[in-house]
Amino acid sequence: MTDTIKNDVLLELKDYSITFKTPDGDVKAVSGMNLTVKRGERIAIVGESGSGKSQTFLGLMGLLAKNGQTSGQALLEGRDVLALKPRELDKVRGKDMAMVFQDPMTALNPSLKISRQLTEQLEIHRGFTARAASVEALDMLKRVGIPDPTRRFNLYPHELSGGMRQRIVIAMALLTKPKLLIADEPTTALDVTIQAQILDLFNDLTAEMNTALLMITHDLGVVAGLADRVAVMYAGRIVEEAPVDELYENPAHPYTAALHAAIPRPDQDVDELVVIPGRPPNLQHLPKGCNFSPRCPKAEDDCIDGPPQLETVAPQHCAACFHPFPRLEELLTHA
Amino acid sequence: MLSYAFRRLLSTIPVLWIAVTACFFVLRLAPGGPFDGERSLPPAILQNLAAHYNLDKPLIQQYFYYVGDLLRGDLGPSFSSEDFNVAQQIMIGLPYTFTLGMTAFALAIIIGVAVGCLGALYQNKMPDYVLGAMILVGVVFPNFLIAPILQLVFGIQLAWLPVGGWGDGSLKFLVLPVVVMALPHAGRISRITRGSMIEVMNQNFIRTAKAKGIGPRLTVMRHALKPAMMPVVSYLGPAASYLLTGSLVVESIFGLPGIGRYFINAALNRDYGMVLGTVIFYMVLIVFLNLIVDIAYAWLDPKVRNR
Repeated sequence: MTDTIKNDVLLELKDYSITFKTPDGDVKAVSGMNLTVKRGERIAIVGESGSGKSQTFLGLMGLLAKNGQTSGQALLEGRDVLALKPRELDKVRGKDMAMVFQDPMTALNPSLKISRQLTEQLEIHRGFTARAASVEALDMLKRVGIPDPTRRFNLYPHELSGGMRQRIVIAMALLTKPKLLIADEPTTALDVTIQAQILDLFNDLTAEMNTALLMITHDLGVVAGLADRVAVMYAGRIVEEAPVDELYENPAHPYTAALHAAIPRPDQDVDELVVIPGRPPNLQHLPKGCNFSPRCPKAEDDCIDGPPQLETVAPQHCAACFHPFPRLEELLTHA
Repeated sequence: MLSYAFRRLLSTIPVLWIAVTACFFVLRLAPGGPFDGERSLPPAILQNLAAHYNLDKPLIQQYFYYVGDLLRGDLGPSFSSEDFNVAQQIMIGLPYTFTLGMTAFALAIIIGVAVGCLGALYQNKMPDYVLGAMILVGVVFPNFLIAPILQLVFGIQLAWLPVGGWGDGSLKFLVLPVVVMALPHAGRISRITRGSMIEVMNQNFIRTAKAKGIGPRLTVMRHALKPAMMPVVSYLGPAASYLLTGSLVVESIFGLPGIGRYFINAALNRDYGMVLGTVIFYMVLIVFLNLIVDIAYAWLDPKVRNR
């Protein structure tokens, strides 16, 4: 019984932190993060710019800037990825875990043909011959919805549109059938109609391959149809984590609630867009206690006493807040 | 691609014409003439010589004679050599200059790119500093200083290599002049490579390559090197022309029988035909090398091809 549960876990972040050394002192981009990802699970990581959501997973992939340092543990199938030597890490990334980056215009090498950029990881990680890799890559191009893949296979990136390029990047990441796919704001650089198509693509392909998906986004709206679970990050910490429906119906953390309120709704007439007052905090000079307290409408005196820990507020639902919003049912029973 | 190359060639014609014209008249401004020696010749002979080479005609008429000959592919006679005309003399010197220049060119690229890449990959670490300092020596000291030093050390003190001359054309005669010619360019190429490599290694597509786990060797060789070479290639055109003009000095220092020596002697002797011929030859060569650079550019950056 415990064995099956254990095997079900794909990735486990334990007390995971990222620190950047800068001339002005250390900056803690991610602090004490705990997150569990099950096989085939789809988790959305939501947060503002600078909340540390991208850095978290760049760190996991060993792609931090030179002055960045990870600590804690990141267990992929029980093996601590952070402790791997560069050579060993190269046997894991691109094979067991892959990443789709934000900007498809710059993520592809402008001087190499699509074919070369697609086949190389199959040759390296799976020992494919050039010919077999081409067949496999062409098949993947078909699956990500590239029309006339045989012709496009031999083009250079600049000869393709942005949406097409993002499909290539996705194909590239999924070619080796990774167990974990990290997508860092994969639709931000694309226009809205293409966004929906690309999100569907993620949905279908990860389900097909039983690949766990970590979708990093600043857009809570993107999350709804796509994720099983949502983790909301603020100033380098997870402040709330819950299944997607639960999070929508019963946001416990005021930050989540504020993000939620900030989504513009086409069915409602508004004079002004809802914004969260203030700005994200400077990571070098974090506010005392709860990082969100200076911007929080529900802040009270005790909020600056110390950082709130993630605590269970409902089954599968935790939040790091001293004064979480009550659940909808509770409000109803009180009325 | 072909029409692009053809257009490039056409656009060099006015450049060549201006250079020929300027060269022709400036040379005539210099005092003296091809037949002024320490012992002056009898006036009758001088007059015959001048008539033979059309030097007695008005300057503008001489100019049109020269350009006319040039258009027919004739670089004209050499005033100082009765036996060989200008084209023949250039062809005699060419193999030496060419061997020297191309070897130095290749050496400069190999050393420069290798040192530049190492510097970029070990940015601000020991190999970067050591190699950077070594290569700087080649850049800051002019070749007419380095050449005699190397001649003294390797030619005379250690007696490992010949001090000068072409000998039987074997490698040992080439080593010193080639090294002297290649050093400053190796230095510049390494600086350009280093800067460009550092920039490319910070690009998003390099992050993508790393994320694919293809390893550092392929990431650099396959993904970074090609785009990083673009600024290097654009330097190679000027570098080739520096190498050619630099070979004038180096050929003189090492007493090599290349075109450079003819050129310097011709300039001293006011051998108008020879000087002009050499200048035109160099210019055509430089234009041609730049064309090769442009084609290499198109190969490195597929976006250039579609233009």
